[in-house]
Amino acid sequence: MDNVITATNLTKQFGHFTAVDQISFEVERGEIFGFLGANGAGKTTAMRMLCGLSKPTSGIGTVAGFDIHTQTEKVKKNIGYMSQKFSLYDDLKVWENIELFGGIYGMNDQDIKVKTDKLMYELNFEKERNMLVASLPLGFKQKLAFSVAIFHQPQVVFLDEPTGGVDPVTRRMFWEMIYKAAENGITVFVTTHYMDEAEYCNRVSIMVDGRIEALDSPKNLKAHYSAKNMDEVFQKLARKSQRKE
Amino acid sequence: MLKYLLRKEFRQIKRNAFLPRLIFAFPLMVLLVFPWAASYEIKNLNISIVDNDQSSFSKALTQKIISSNYFRLTDYSVSYSAALKSIEAQKSDIILQIPANFEKNIINAQGAKVMLSANAVNGMKGGIAMTYLVSIINEFNASLIKDLMPLSKSTTNISTIQIDQQYRFNQNLNYRVFMVPALMVMILSLLCGFLPAVSIVFEKELGTIEQMNVSPVPKVLFILAKLIPFWVIGLIVINIGFVVAWAVYGLVPAGHFYTIYFFTIIYILTVSGLGLIISNFAQSLQQAMFIIFFFMLVFIMLSGLYTPIDSMPEWAKWVAAFNPLKYFMEVMRAVYLKGSDILQLWKQLLALIAFSIFFNIIAVISYRKSS
Repeated sequence: MDNVITATNLTKQFGHFTAVDQISFEVERGEIFGFLGANGAGKTTAMRMLCGLSKPTSGIGTVAGFDIHTQTEKVKKNIGYMSQKFSLYDDLKVWENIELFGGIYGMNDQDIKVKTDKLMYELNFEKERNMLVASLPLGFKQKLAFSVAIFHQPQVVFLDEPTGGVDPVTRRMFWEMIYKAAENGITVFVTTHYMDEAEYCNRVSIMVDGRIEALDSPKNLKAHYSAKNMDEVFQKLARKSQRKE
Repeated sequence: MLKYLLRKEFRQIKRNAFLPRLIFAFPLMVLLVFPWAASYEIKNLNISIVDNDQSSFSKALTQKIISSNYFRLTDYSVSYSAALKSIEAQKSDIILQIPANFEKNIINAQGAKVMLSANAVNGMKGGIAMTYLVSIINEFNASLIKDLMPLSKSTTNISTIQIDQQYRFNQNLNYRVFMVPALMVMILSLLCGFLPAVSIVFEKELGTIEQMNVSPVPKVLFILAKLIPFWVIGLIVINIGFVVAWAVYGLVPAGHFYTIYFFTIIYILTVSGLGLIISNFAQSLQQAMFIIFFFMLVFIMLSGLYTPIDSMPEWAKWVAAFNPLKYFMEVMRAVYLKGSDILQLWKQLLALIAFSIFFNIIAVISYRKSS
């Protein structure tokens, strides 16, 4: 088995508060891995540790074969990241954002140009190419942010609630983009609040109060908790939560 | 990689609605307004004269005072108490009382006394009014001695010491000559210290900095990309300063421009390094603004812009020794007024280099890509 992400007893404490409590899991190459949990369950903290944005208090983790304690810069070269907050530059044009992030990951002008042309065509963004990102509708921005996050062909892409506040049609299109990325061999690690989206994942983990309470394919989880859909599974697990928001 | 980061910074600055205007408007504002407002030269002091003599001498003295350009006669009071009233009413700043028999006593070589009383509510103004008036009276005195000497009975040997004053480097004691180069330093400090810091904290607030932190961009490059645009801006600003100084105040450095450019480049690195350190610790724009405001206020007060550092108490001198503004201000004044070159300013050069290395190392260390 080819694991792109491994976590063993990964823990993060802020003072006396344990945000992430000894979580262990593996993610296979090319998998779409859903990372579920209520607000404050520790999803984002766990993801930030894997991305090298936050140092783990204890436990071991590897991403793309590199240690998240000691080789964070190497980890960063091999991942893409799209955060909850929209994180492209509003005051740069669409192509300028792409150029910036392409350049940061070591692509040259020529490669960037060729790939930008292709991307603009695929996204049907040719009209918007020269527009400032600030003037795009939210759905467009999210699609662009995702495309930028995988522009340099990372091994893994981390998506932190990528579809927050987006209409159902755009969400649907967004998930099509995720599938396409997975087909191209990019492992997708995604957190979400939408339980219908959880159904699209190959496997999901559900976090409650900093621990992983369940981890399996949506089908197996539904069978195990004898639930109609993922929403019911989630309700059953999340009800155990002791934490207040 | 730096190339792409720089493109980003320049594009953002260019598109900013406020920044490009600030870069031109701020130096113009400061250089056109401050030298006139922040000067110790006082004109149009109001004087009340109580002339109890009403002689040709007393009239001549009055005439001399009024024609001096510094004083404006508010009233000829009948008595000292009346003059005092006009001071109380804020109408006049200083009283000159000429005693009866003023002329007679002078001619008889008995010596005459006049009395000056200044309103010292504003101590500075009162002091200056007093100094001006004393020097006018001394001049009057000197011309009288010259006129009366041949006639005087007891002239045998009055040896007078003549003091020949000469002010070097700023012959007319023009405050603007002194202020303008120092103001350029203040402008550079504010623009190049504030703006890079604001730009980083702004990215923190927007969350875009996270996208940088999760990328393989080395911290040094990220910081360098923030600094380089402000080098360019700083050099534009200093050139605006040169033009205004020349066009409005007729000031041209006595030394070389390249000495100033050389120091400017090092100085910008110093202040923007300081700004970057602050931005690394500040979580919000307000926080950053207040911290920078604190530092700038102390730095400007203790820079020698208004009050000479030599006249400060010992502890303030020590604080000032750690003030990069002070050194660059010394450089600017020395180059503008005395024409000093880099070799003569080696102390300031060493200090500024030390500051810039120190600040920028701390800035890189304190910038954290992870928490």
